[in-house]
Amino acid sequence: MKSKSLVSIDQCTKEDILRILDNAARFEANPNRVLLEGKVAATLFFEPSTRTRLSFETAVNRLGGRVVGFQDASTTSSSKGETLKDTILMVSNYADLIIMRHYLEGAARYASEVTGIPVINAGDGANQHPSQTLLDLYTIRQTQNRLHDLQITIVGDLKYGRTVHSLIVGMSHFNPSFHFVAPEELRMPDEQKHFCDKQGIPYVEHTDFTEEIINHSDILYMTRVQRERFTDLEEYERVKNVYILRKDMLSQSKANLRILHPLPRVNEIAYDVDDSPKAYFIQQARNGLFVRQAILCDVLGINHLI
Amino acid sequence: MSAQKKKALQVATLENGTAIDHIPPEHLFKVAFLLELEKLDTNTITIGNNFQSKKMGRKGVIKIADKFFKEDELNRIALIAPNVILNEIRDFEVVRKCPVSLPDELKGLVKCNNPRCITNNEPMPTHFTVIDKEKGTLRCRYCERKINKEDIIIK
Repeated sequence: MKSKSLVSIDQCTKEDILRILDNAARFEANPNRVLLEGKVAATLFFEPSTRTRLSFETAVNRLGGRVVGFQDASTTSSSKGETLKDTILMVSNYADLIIMRHYLEGAARYASEVTGIPVINAGDGANQHPSQTLLDLYTIRQTQNRLHDLQITIVGDLKYGRTVHSLIVGMSHFNPSFHFVAPEELRMPDEQKHFCDKQGIPYVEHTDFTEEIINHSDILYMTRVQRERFTDLEEYERVKNVYILRKDMLSQSKANLRILHPLPRVNEIAYDVDDSPKAYFIQQARNGLFVRQAILCDVLGINHLI
Repeated sequence: MSAQKKKALQVATLENGTAIDHIPPEHLFKVAFLLELEKLDTNTITIGNNFQSKKMGRKGVIKIADKFFKEDELNRIALIAPNVILNEIRDFEVVRKCPVSLPDELKGLVKCNNPRCITNNEPMPTHFTVIDKEKGTLRCRYCERKINKEDIIIK
């Protein structure tokens, strides 16, 4: 890489993670800081993602920078057949950094190789979405006052869920124990389990989502079980209601338990859970702003100004 | 070696060139294809298969006169026949015997099996990291998808 880019959570050391989280905490205390004055950030969203885009654009704006870009590739020259490389090089002539979402996997790494300005990966297909992982880690630390030695239960689509795979990598520096709760068809892939084995991270797999598992947990990370992931629709009908969290399931849970979700949720968290002080997914999304402010300063090398 | 013996072995003996030994018989023609032997129109080439081998039961052998391969040409062989031995022969003597082995990185040789990988949608070379040399497992540098040896497609 010619410049400092954030492409994947795998590239972050424990120190990188802690530095970004510490800086994010400073932005939470004071989000309006003029650190990017005179800088232009390009938000290139080759596929739409409203939440991620608004959060990045707000982060740039609150830091006093300006934003150019597009939110739908159908209006750009990539729809005329322009290569990604040409688009990236063209934008690099104008902007100081690129925030990029792409439907193809590996697009962000490739972009970071062809340009001299920093690239922040805001999601490349089913592959990586490192700012989501960092905001998950920030939220976990915020709610537990630590990252070390936590019991983390992850529920739902563990096979295709990129946020889940990245969360395991991000947490691997902090001695976690995991419970993986998923239907048979959406179990945690061997690759992630081998990763845990190699790192000495204990985990238990479950197909039933029970109160007993919840009662042991510090963090309950819910994800969406999507109908289109199933080859067998009967199996989907059978399991779709098994992985729904209801408020009554929390009655014996630990006082420090917090419920996270990368959002959007559909029906995997019943609406009665929203009233529980343990529901934390809306605050989690809010943290995305501070974490992205910290990421912007990190890739631009201006941490010393924070 | 006597002059008489030399004459008797003429078909298979090389004065100068490369002898590739211990090719698994089922991969012999694929190795020939990967080395693009059909493009060599002046070199004498001997291809033999199903020779008896103490090491592997049966084996294939390819001998190419007056041809020495570059490293990236040899890397191609390691993808399908990792235990092959290359003998570089000069003046009837084996001057170098080298087992082929997968390099740490493979650029431009292998196709990524993931249709949603950027390398299958953009005019660019592929780039794989060899994550297990014994098993021949690769990982795409871009989409991070793992490819097992049996699923490798050579470009």
